[in-house]
Amino acid sequence: MATKELAGKQIDVTEEGYLVNTSDWTKEVAEAMAEEENIEISEKHFEVLEYIRDKNAKGEGLTIRALGKSGITDIKGLYKLFPGGPLKLSSKLAGISKPASCV
Amino acid sequence: MANKDIAVKKVAIICAKASIEDVYAALVMANGAVMEGMECKLFFTFFGLDAITKKQMNKLHTPTVGNPGMRMPGGGAFPTWLGTIPGVEAGVSKMMMKGMEELDIPPVDEFLEMITAGGGEVYACKLAVDMFKLKKEDLWDDVSGVITIGDFYAMAGGDGSQVIFT
Repeated sequence: MATKELAGKQIDVTEEGYLVNTSDWTKEVAEAMAEEENIEISEKHFEVLEYIRDKNAKGEGLTIRALGKSGITDIKGLYKLFPGGPLKLSSKLAGISKPASCV
Repeated sequence: MANKDIAVKKVAIICAKASIEDVYAALVMANGAVMEGMECKLFFTFFGLDAITKKQMNKLHTPTVGNPGMRMPGGGAFPTWLGTIPGVEAGVSKMMMKGMEELDIPPVDEFLEMITAGGGEVYACKLAVDMFKLKKEDLWDDVSGVITIGDFYAMAGGDGSQVIFT
């Protein structure tokens, strides 16, 4: 575990940069993390992040397949929004823990 | 954490068998690779071609004969003679697919779509296509090409690349 400054706040993150406490998440924190990942964050990104946070709050596991059926965008779209890590990067920016699914 | 200098950056996966477990091993590895931002190429040969043949791709079976890992529900021994009874293999295969669906693992065609959506590429082996007398139109529409193993090796190389055979 480490502490990192994100959007002007000291926030606990894991070694790989995932938030330790999902309650530390704000839109500004997501913006700061997106910048680090060289992602230009848009409204579409936030729609995906809100969806992930909502599912996570309900205790539902996340898969790329489910995310692709969210109605926000399809799987191709997810790869465009989060290049090189459609599930990992979106989870990270949504402030939830690293996905434990193989799909 | 993984050492970035020796990280796998590209995988070339070869699938030569048609059983559910062989095909899904290849598909899970391929999808996992593109989800990690790696380059991925899949090569289907011999009976593995079933996985990218329209008629067969969503009807794969898991063998109930000659499969020492086969167990009865509950974990007891699965006698070989039982596996020879007509319908048993189909039933077991159905259970396997149901088990995977519960884990949100899709049918073969949808899984291939997920892989290509992430930039993965799917190829058919020319030798096997010729041998089984298949035509391009028999194959899944998004197969990138029917190529030789030499062609496949030619695109499999590069820094941090691995060839995987299931």
